[in-house]
Amino acid sequence: MSFEPKILGIACNWCTYTGADLAGTTRLHYPQNLRVVRVMCSSRINPSFIFRAFQLGADGVLVGGCHPGDCHYNTGNLYARRRLAVTKKILEFAGLEPERFRVEWISASEGNKFAQVVTEFTAQIKELGPQQKLKIDELLEKI
Amino acid sequence: MSRIGVFVCHCGHNISQTVRVSELAHFAAGLPDVVVAKDYRFMCSTPGQDMIANDIREHRLDRVIVTACSPLMHEHTFRKVIEKAGLNQYLLTIVNIREQVSWVTDDIEEGTAKAKALLNGAVYRARLLAPLSSRVIDVNSDVMVVGGGIAGIQAALELANTGKKVYLVEKNSTIGGHMAQFDKTFPTLDCSACILTPKMDAVLQHPNITLLTYCEVSEVKGYVGNFDITVRQKARYVNHDKCNACLACTEKCPGKGISGWDEGLIKRKAIHIPFPQAVPQRPVIDRDSCTYFLKGKCRLCEKVCEQKAIDFEQHDSFLNFKVGAVIVATGYDLMDTRPLIQYGYGKYPGVYHALEVERLFNSAGPTSGKVTMRDGKEPQAIAILHCVGSRDKNNYEHCSRVCCMYSLKFAHLFREKTSADVYQLYIDIRAAGKGYEEFYNRIIEEDVKFIRGKGTRVAPSADEPQRLIVEAEDTITGKFVRLPVDMVVLSPAMVPRSDYKEIARLFNLSTDKNGFFMERHPKLAPLATMSEGIFIAGVCQSPKDIPDTVAQANGAAAEALTIVSRQKMELEATTAMVNPASCCGCQNCVRVCPYGAPFFNEQKGVSEINEALCKGCGLCASVCPSSAIIARHFTNEQVLAEMEGLMEF
Repeated sequence: MSFEPKILGIACNWCTYTGADLAGTTRLHYPQNLRVVRVMCSSRINPSFIFRAFQLGADGVLVGGCHPGDCHYNTGNLYARRRLAVTKKILEFAGLEPERFRVEWISASEGNKFAQVVTEFTAQIKELGPQQKLKIDELLEKI
Repeated sequence: MSRIGVFVCHCGHNISQTVRVSELAHFAAGLPDVVVAKDYRFMCSTPGQDMIANDIREHRLDRVIVTACSPLMHEHTFRKVIEKAGLNQYLLTIVNIREQVSWVTDDIEEGTAKAKALLNGAVYRARLLAPLSSRVIDVNSDVMVVGGGIAGIQAALELANTGKKVYLVEKNSTIGGHMAQFDKTFPTLDCSACILTPKMDAVLQHPNITLLTYCEVSEVKGYVGNFDITVRQKARYVNHDKCNACLACTEKCPGKGISGWDEGLIKRKAIHIPFPQAVPQRPVIDRDSCTYFLKGKCRLCEKVCEQKAIDFEQHDSFLNFKVGAVIVATGYDLMDTRPLIQYGYGKYPGVYHALEVERLFNSAGPTSGKVTMRDGKEPQAIAILHCVGSRDKNNYEHCSRVCCMYSLKFAHLFREKTSADVYQLYIDIRAAGKGYEEFYNRIIEEDVKFIRGKGTRVAPSADEPQRLIVEAEDTITGKFVRLPVDMVVLSPAMVPRSDYKEIARLFNLSTDKNGFFMERHPKLAPLATMSEGIFIAGVCQSPKDIPDTVAQANGAAAEALTIVSRQKMELEATTAMVNPASCCGCQNCVRVCPYGAPFFNEQKGVSEINEALCKGCGLCASVCPSSAIIARHFTNEQVLAEMEGLMEF
């Protein structure tokens, strides 16, 4: 059986989550590997959420927020952008392929973009194969 | 230990055709703390709601999970259901298996597997939910309407007639908007000014309306029920309280500027009123064309003004208003057609855009209603080109909806006022509206030549200088046509105002790919936006005609009224709170919050949060180094538990 990755998504309520809903309303099909957690703003995302997702065995993590400048809370996504850029560096430092973590700005009207990003990202993660670097079971085994 | 009830909706076939719903309910029954799990055809129907309420009582449920459509659709519905049954409304979790599962796959195995994972995550999260109490706030009963076109005028009048105080903000020196520029309106050929100016005057006279012309909104603070809005009053250099509108100044003024009102077809004085029926009937000085401002001397207007109303020392001033709701009705621009070089607008004087032609027909326009071209001659042949830049994947994909009808109106007026041959070059005629098809049939009878094919190029005639050749493919005969004409009228795409981004930023509105403001729901909430208390009406939402704009304006007024007619309202309880025991007093939260909700309590040495200002984004919680801030309903524990549940399957 081919490798079906588990991908965790964290989407802001106002833009990306609504954009994901729009993808559904317009019946755009995309791979079912993504499971989305809704938060009110991408700025709610603590870097520890990303690390935890990989520990829990996520093969990829996708964060979605409003386009910079269009945040429902004015400046939230600007903080998120900086913080998540650093998070990516740390993930890379920890030995994870940085391609496994992706941040995308998807507005409420961009159902197409949502479907396209999920499709692309899923294909990319499939190519990378299972994530074992930070997965907690694997870590425990090594110890 | 919680007692969770899971309710899986089929949504007819919407969900059940790609998710095995009974299998999902069976799966749910085996999850920790789930005491009852059921599936039903329509969970949002009355029997569905009753089933949930009965099960809450019968099984003493303390958490409810509804596995159905998006929370953006029915979260509110089900919160009310569980609240009525005695549960706190925040103990509800929605699992979105329609928009984000069943509608995005056609594989029932995949769909069911993903739905199980999402449901498992929801169970993990639900166990950690806490009851929250809603905040009750006072509501300001005034409303601000932004934009003084027909939409803004209509909304302001409707609201004012209910007794509410309305502030109508308009950036130009007169209200009226595009409708005041038109001569006739389709399909009845009503005189636009005759039906609009009484409404403009009613706005001016209405005791409940404060008219703020030559003003722009510069800052918006606060939240639904309590907006705090700063408006910039641009300097008019004329004291409107003293001015008696004798307009002696406008006669003597030597300064000449381009008339934006007349679409640049003529010049107007530096001190001017845009058109004779302008409201308010008060002039303003345009700095860019005023001789005094350009050269340092003149002040003729000041000399002739008996009222001593001219005031060159005036500066922009800032006014502050507190309102409970806002209606944004900022209208549209026509697309700039100069980049479409195939049509030669701006290059060949015989090419006009639609608003210029509206002004040519208007008796108060640059030619006093006579159809003469820039060279002073009357055209002998006229081509009207539909869909310029709209219905065009290279520019704007959308249909601007009104161009077919106003192009037909133009044809009628050209036939009435000139002896010219009139050609319509169209893709399709879209005449959907009351009396529109009848109007189309009437114009067909008026000896107007219809050519089904998009105008592809306008070029100067090689044989007859001064004339233009319009090229098109007639898709009925399949032949290529070249029409020699004197005048070309472009019907360009309607696009959002050039400053739409600034308006969107101020009022926190989302925009679609073209820049039109996004409604909360395309069908069921077309006037509400994602920002509570902010409504939209008219073309700023999408292209539409005057009747639809007026209908939307009335609707937006009613929506605003549902807020400002209450004295108090409930706000989401999902705010942040500080645990003083672990706050280290770093004040990161104070620095990052866009709303100034967290503040530092010097005495206690910790941050606290003003809940009235908190909008619940959770930013402070994720910058707090000691995890002292708890983002209610989205706590670290709740989010992490949900993730754990999602990753298990």
